[in-house]
Amino acid sequence: MADTSAGNPHAPTTAPQAAPELAPALAVSGLAKRYGGVEALAGVDLEVAEGELVGLLGPNGAGKSTLTKIACGLVRPTTGRATVCGAPAGSAPARAALGYLAELFRFPGWYSADEVLELHQRLAGSTGGPEERTRLLELVALADARNRRVEAMSKGMQQRLGVAQALVGGPRLLLLDEPTSALDPVGRRTVRELLEELRGRGVGVLLNSHLLSEIELVCDRVVILLAGRVVAAGSPAELARARGVEVETEEGTRVFESAGREDAPRIVADLVAGGRRVYGVRVLTSTLEEVYLDAVGGETS
Amino acid sequence: MTGVWTIVRYGLEEALRRKVFVVVLLLTLAFLGLYALANHYAFANLAGVAPPAGIDARTFAGAFIFGLAMFATLFLGVVLAVFLTLGVVRGDAERGLLQPLVVRPLGRSTLLLARFLGAVGVCAPYVLGVYFTSMLITGLTGHWWPDQIVRPGIELAAAVALIAALSLLGSVFLSSTANGIAIFMVFGAGLVAGLLGTIGHALASHTLERAAKIAAYVVPVEALYQDALQGITANQHGLTKFVLELGPFGGAYTGGVGPRVWAAVYLCLVAAVAVLGFSRRDL
Repeated sequence: MADTSAGNPHAPTTAPQAAPELAPALAVSGLAKRYGGVEALAGVDLEVAEGELVGLLGPNGAGKSTLTKIACGLVRPTTGRATVCGAPAGSAPARAALGYLAELFRFPGWYSADEVLELHQRLAGSTGGPEERTRLLELVALADARNRRVEAMSKGMQQRLGVAQALVGGPRLLLLDEPTSALDPVGRRTVRELLEELRGRGVGVLLNSHLLSEIELVCDRVVILLAGRVVAAGSPAELARARGVEVETEEGTRVFESAGREDAPRIVADLVAGGRRVYGVRVLTSTLEEVYLDAVGGETS
Repeated sequence: MTGVWTIVRYGLEEALRRKVFVVVLLLTLAFLGLYALANHYAFANLAGVAPPAGIDARTFAGAFIFGLAMFATLFLGVVLAVFLTLGVVRGDAERGLLQPLVVRPLGRSTLLLARFLGAVGVCAPYVLGVYFTSMLITGLTGHWWPDQIVRPGIELAAAVALIAALSLLGSVFLSSTANGIAIFMVFGAGLVAGLLGTIGHALASHTLERAAKIAAYVVPVEALYQDALQGITANQHGLTKFVLELGPFGGAYTGGVGPRVWAAVYLCLVAAVAVLGFSRRDL
């Protein structure tokens, strides 16, 4: 995939800056937000390291979008602190270091894809020029639609253009709020590959999504929010709960429900010692969906 | 400055695409056509004009008809300014257009300034263009020219700039529809204040005149309009001045340096409140 760091004043390879280099891409501590009588966030701590992909999960109204908006300076926190690459969220250096795709966004319908990116290049102070625009459009598989007007694009194409827009200037932190909600499976895979590419380049990504399978496939860590609080956090493997060991013998498949991964060798040894032929062993763990449902307790909003 | 000009250009392109200019251009052409027709018939039949005794019929007809053109110019300028600015903050935020721009390292105050400059950059030349075209029509048709040529036009343009600033301020707090209604009501309130002043002037009621003056200061768009009206008959005296100051759409009793300075201070206050409100607004 092409280089997306062109024009980024914060890109490690072009403009090393001592203090921000050491800071995490996003650091949030004790973050709270009230909208009148509604508590959207109630003391959230979260960190996204450079090159880390963090998935943000939670039912509608859990505070995911509010957290993302505070990080990019669209919403002011009631209390707590958020920094982007060491700079206070909302400050000019913080905004220069991030790319953002809102859940509900729109580009002017009369702009072409190329013009949208050019507009954002000027606003971001990117010096990438037409080469950067070409690279970004290729990254999101919109190279053929370079001169197509936004109003003539499908929702999925607009969403991919939104992702490209968020990458203008080569941000060190990418905040994506439901970036694949309108995409078909091919479009989702394009975005997934792009995120993996960005991770390899050291870009921190906070991915807010309801698509658990996407999160499970691509994210290093998952944070689950419920009613403005973090109720679960960790890598998908850490969050997964043991659900037993499944063993296939000549008598069929048998599940040892209370067993865990560490019990598997003993179980196999006991079966072999008992004269059974073992054809397969599988450690069963809960899926992210099960972890999520356990964490939110069936809440939908 | 790149960011400012980028947003100025963005605002102008938006206005072009939304056909605001086309609508205003058509309205303007219709107005100027009708205005030329009115001038033709008014001055062709000047003997039929019967002003109060001692007042020159040409001056009477010229000042009244051009005063009417100034009101129409102001009105069209206000329409343009409002439609260019009424949805800049909340309206665009609700449609999802604003967020991708605001997260860029541009600054919210810069964005507001750029949208204001964009609106004024369109409205001021437009108002001056219509003002001078109307003046030419009256001057060439009726051989009557206002006593002050440039200052009234600049004051009309300044009044429209004030409306643009008020509309931007309103856009921070109100939806597009509510903001548009509010701004036209403010403009209408100024017009009522002017008419109130005319009634007070005709009845020699100092209380009404005072109320109209206070209202004109509260809405300095009206004060600037009245000052501009004063300007076109600045060299008239006595009964002529009295009658001409009655004006076609509200009188011309508020004028001088005071309203101009106050309008400048008012603009700064509106800008400060808009910037403060926008900086504290969650999007």
